[in-house]
Amino acid sequence: MPNLLELKSVRRTFAIKGSSDTVILDNINLTVKEGEFLAILGPSGSGKSTLLRIIAGLIPASSGSVSYLGNEIFGINPGVAIVFQSFALFPWLTVLENVMLGLEKKPLTEKEKKERSMQVLDIVGLDGFENAYPKELSGGMRQRVGIGRALVSEPDILLMDEAFSALDVLTAENLRRDLLELWLDKKIPTKSIILVTHGIEEAVYMADRAVILSTHPATIVKELTIDIPRWRDKKSPAFLSYVDQIYSFMTKRAATPSVQPQPLLSKKDNGLPQVSAGALTGFLELLEDQNQRTDLYKLADKFMMDIEDFFPLVEASSLLGFSRVIEGDIELTPRGIEFAQAPLLERKKIFSEQIMKNVPIVEKMVRILQSKSNKQINIEFFEEMFTRQYGEKMAQKQLNLLIGWERYAELVEYDDVKEVLYLEGTMQSD
Amino acid sequence: MAVFSQTPEKKRFRFLDIIILAFIFVLFYAILRLSSGMDIPFSPANEPVISLDPSMLPYYAGRSLLRMFIAFAASLLFTFIYGYIAAKNKLAQKILIPILDILQSIPVLGFLSATILAFMAFFPGNLLGVECASILAIFTGQAWNMTFSFYHSLVTIPKDLEEASAILHMNWWQKFIHLELPISMISLIWNGMMSFGGGWFFLAASESISVLGKNIHLPGVGSYLAAAVAAGDVRCMVYAMITMLIMILLVDQFFWRPLIVWGQKFKLELSESSCQPKSFIYNIIYQSFVMDLFYRTCLAPLLHFLNKRLTKFADFTEKAAQKMDERPKKGHFSFALKVIFLLFVCYELFTPACEAFTMLCNLGSQYLLHIFFLGFLTCCRVFAALFLGMCWTVPVGVYIGLHPSLSQKMQPVVQIAASFPANMLFPFITVLFLEYNVNFQYGSIALMMLGTQWYILFNVIAGAMSIPNDLLEAASIFKISGWKKWRCIILPCIFSHLVTGFITASGGAWNASIISELVVWKSHTLVATGLGSYISLVTTQGNWAKIIVGIMVMCIFVVLINRLLWQRLYQLSETKYHLD
Repeated sequence: MPNLLELKSVRRTFAIKGSSDTVILDNINLTVKEGEFLAILGPSGSGKSTLLRIIAGLIPASSGSVSYLGNEIFGINPGVAIVFQSFALFPWLTVLENVMLGLEKKPLTEKEKKERSMQVLDIVGLDGFENAYPKELSGGMRQRVGIGRALVSEPDILLMDEAFSALDVLTAENLRRDLLELWLDKKIPTKSIILVTHGIEEAVYMADRAVILSTHPATIVKELTIDIPRWRDKKSPAFLSYVDQIYSFMTKRAATPSVQPQPLLSKKDNGLPQVSAGALTGFLELLEDQNQRTDLYKLADKFMMDIEDFFPLVEASSLLGFSRVIEGDIELTPRGIEFAQAPLLERKKIFSEQIMKNVPIVEKMVRILQSKSNKQINIEFFEEMFTRQYGEKMAQKQLNLLIGWERYAELVEYDDVKEVLYLEGTMQSD
Repeated sequence: MAVFSQTPEKKRFRFLDIIILAFIFVLFYAILRLSSGMDIPFSPANEPVISLDPSMLPYYAGRSLLRMFIAFAASLLFTFIYGYIAAKNKLAQKILIPILDILQSIPVLGFLSATILAFMAFFPGNLLGVECASILAIFTGQAWNMTFSFYHSLVTIPKDLEEASAILHMNWWQKFIHLELPISMISLIWNGMMSFGGGWFFLAASESISVLGKNIHLPGVGSYLAAAVAAGDVRCMVYAMITMLIMILLVDQFFWRPLIVWGQKFKLELSESSCQPKSFIYNIIYQSFVMDLFYRTCLAPLLHFLNKRLTKFADFTEKAAQKMDERPKKGHFSFALKVIFLLFVCYELFTPACEAFTMLCNLGSQYLLHIFFLGFLTCCRVFAALFLGMCWTVPVGVYIGLHPSLSQKMQPVVQIAASFPANMLFPFITVLFLEYNVNFQYGSIALMMLGTQWYILFNVIAGAMSIPNDLLEAASIFKISGWKKWRCIILPCIFSHLVTGFITASGGAWNASIISELVVWKSHTLVATGLGSYISLVTTQGNWAKIIVGIMVMCIFVVLINRLLWQRLYQLSETKYHLD
C-alpha cells in the first residue's frame, strides 16, 4: 500500500526584490502514514507554513515532488483540507453555509449537503449555532466552524496551520482536547493530521511524531517519535523530557553565534535578530534577576510568553557576548552581568563597545563616517549596500535596527528629515 | 447561492404588501411607457419640443431617471468585466489600469459632441442615437471610479480567504459568487452611490446640447430647465430644480439606503459595530410577504438554475484551460501572434494619426500656443475655485467633523448637496451676475465652485471624524490651541482626506469649466476667456479640428497636473501624514 503522503527532496525558493533567490525550504523528505498525527515544529519565519502550503498544493515546490497515495500532485492536493490560523471564514455566510461550502464540489443534493453539514456541526460542538454569522461567535467557536468546514469533506489528511495560536490559552486548550478526542475515538474518518505549530508543548501533547525544522533555509533537523500513552500528563517527567529535547533542537541555531561569531555582510545570512536595544536590556535585567543560569523554557512559561518570542533575544544577547546558551539553559557572561548592573550611561558605553567588537558592520559604518571630512553621509549609501545583501524589504529592517542600536550606543546619529547619518557630536558645529 | 439568501422565516400577508404590489405594478408600467418614448423618429425638421407645462415634469423626470439607471447598469457591467480582467490577467493589468487612469482624468463633457455625432450616424433619423450619447456621457462619469474600486477590492482579497477557496476546489464562477463579489460589495455600493450622484451633473449637461448648429433636446428635466432658461421663465426653473431635488432624494431613499443596509452583511471585519445604518424601505421589503413569496417562487429557483449552469460552464472552461496548459507550449507561435496583433493596431492607428498630424500643422504653432494660453487661464480658474472652496470648507468641515452629533446630521445633507447637479443652479447665478454687472472673467470661478466645493467639504468632514481622540485629548491637556493646534494636529490629520477631496474636486472643476465659462440667459451670453468656453464655442460651430485640439490640450493639462501635483501630494500623504 502506498504511503498516504510522501515528500521527496522538496525545495522552495522565493525571488526577493533586489536580491537573488532565497531558499526557504531545502531537501525536505517526509513520509506520512495512515493513522499518524504529525507535528511540524519550527521557529516563526522558518518556512513551516510554506511547507504546509506545498503539501496542500497551494504553492508548487521549486523542485522535488509531493505524492498523495503514490500519485504525484500538481495543483491542489485532492486529499487535504486546511484549518487556518485566521479561521478564513466567509463573514457573509452563516455557520451552516460556511460548512456547506466544504461540500460544494461533491455530487450531493442540497438536502444531503445540509444533513451532512449538520452532523459535522454536531460533532464539533456547534449544535444550535447553524444560523449564526461568524461575527456573532467567539474566537474558539469560529475555529470550530473552521474545523467543521475542513472535516465535512472527509479529507484523508487534515492540515492545521497554527490553528490554535490565535486563540486565548484556555480556549485553545479546550479545542485541542476536543479535537484529540475526535481523532482518538475515531469519530472522524480522517486518516492523518498534520499540525504546524511553534508551540512545543502543543506538539508533544497532541502528536505521535514531531518533525523539527531549522531556519534559513528550513531543513529537517530531527524527527522524533513521541512515545507517551494518551492522554498525556503535561507535568509528567516523560512529557517534560520530550519538551526539553525538542527545545534544545530548536535552539541549536540560536546558540551557534556565541561559538563562532558570524562574519556579517560576507555570506548569505539572515541578518541580525530583530531586537531593539531596549528589549535586549530588559531581557538581560530579567536574566540577572533569575540568577545566572536559567532554563529558557521555564523562563518563558513563567512570564506567559511563547518560547519563540525569546529566540531573537537569545540570539542577540549571545551575538553581542552578553550571554551563552548551554543545552537549553541560558547563562550571562561576566560582561552581561556588568551590563545588567550598570547605570544608564555606563550601559551605553558597554553596549557601544560590544557592538563595535561583535558586529563588524557597525564598526564598518563608523569607519566610513570617520573617513568623511564632514563626518556625515546620506542614508542611501548604506541602503544600497544593505539591499545588495538582503533584498529591499529586509535591508530596510536591518538598517533601521542597526541605526537604533547605534543611536542607543550614542555612536551615530540620524537626521530623519535630511536622511543623513552623522557621527555623534559632530552636528553641533554646523 | 448564498449571496442572495435570506433567513428563512414565515411571513404573513399584510396591508403593506398591497402597497408593495401596487408599487411594483406602477414601476413596471412606468418603465415600459418611458422606454417606448426613447425610440422615436427624429430629424432636423421634426425636433422634439419641450413643453414648459409643469404637469409634464413627472414624465420628464421619469425619462431622466431611466437614462440614469440604464447608464448605471452599463457602468456596473463594464466594472465587472473590465475590473475582473484587469485583476486576473497580468498582461491585461499592465495595459488596462493605466488606460483607466487616463480615462478617469479626461474631462468627459468635451467628448460629448463627438459621441453624439457618432451615435446619430449609427441610428439615422431616430432620437435613440442622441439618447445613447446622453447615456454614454453619464456612463463615462460613473464607470471609471466604480471599476477602480472593484479592481482594488479584487487585488486586496485577504490571502487566507483566497487559499480557503482554493482548498475548497472552487472554480472561477464559484469563487466570484462566494468570495470576490461579496468582498467587493460594500465598496461597490458606496462607490456606485457616489458615482451615481456625480452622474446627475452629466445628465443635466447632456440632455440639452447644441451640436453643429443644431439644438437637440431630449425629453428630461435637464432639457426642461434649458427650455425654461431660453424662455426666461424663473418659475419653471424653480420647478425643474425642485423636481431634481425630489428625484435625488427618492433614489437615495428607495435605492441606495436599502442597498447600504443590505450590504452590511458583507462587512469583512468580524466584529459588530455600534452604529448601524438603517432604512425603513429595507425593513418593509424585508418583512413583506409578497417579496418573500416572489423571492422563494421566482427569484431563488431562477438564481439557483443560473448558478448551476454557470458552475458547469466554469468547470468546463477550467478543464479546457487545463488541457491547453498541458499541451507543449509553442513559444514562437504566441510571440508571432502578439507581433501580428501589434502590427495590426499600428496599422489601424496610422491613418488617423497622420490625419491628426496634418490637421495640427494646418492650425499653425501660433494658434496652438494661443490654445495653451487659454488652457492656462482655465487652469488658474480651477485652482482659484479649489482654493476658495478650501477656505470655507476646511474650517466648517473640521467643525462638523469634530462634533459627532452634528456630523451625523450633516453628512447626508452634504451628500445630497454634492449630488445635486451644479449646472442646474447656473442660470440663477447668471441672473444675479447680470443684475449686479459682475465681471464674468472672475464670476465663472464661482460657478465652478458650486459643484466642486462639496467634494472638499465631504472629505474634510470624514478626515476630521477620523482624528484620533487621544490626540485631541493630548492637545487639550498640553493646552495646545489656536493656530498651533491647527498646524500640529488638525491639518496633518486631515491632510490625506484633503488631498483626496482636491483630486476629486479638480476633476470636477475641469469638467465644469466646459459649461461654466459660457452661460446664456435669454439673449445675453456671458463668456469667460478660457479653454472651457473655447471648447463649447467650437462645439456649437461644429469645427472638428478645433474641437479635437481643444480637448487634447485640456487632457494634457489635466494629466500633467495629476502627475506633477496631485500624485505627489497623495504620496506625501501616504508616507508622512499617514495615521495608523
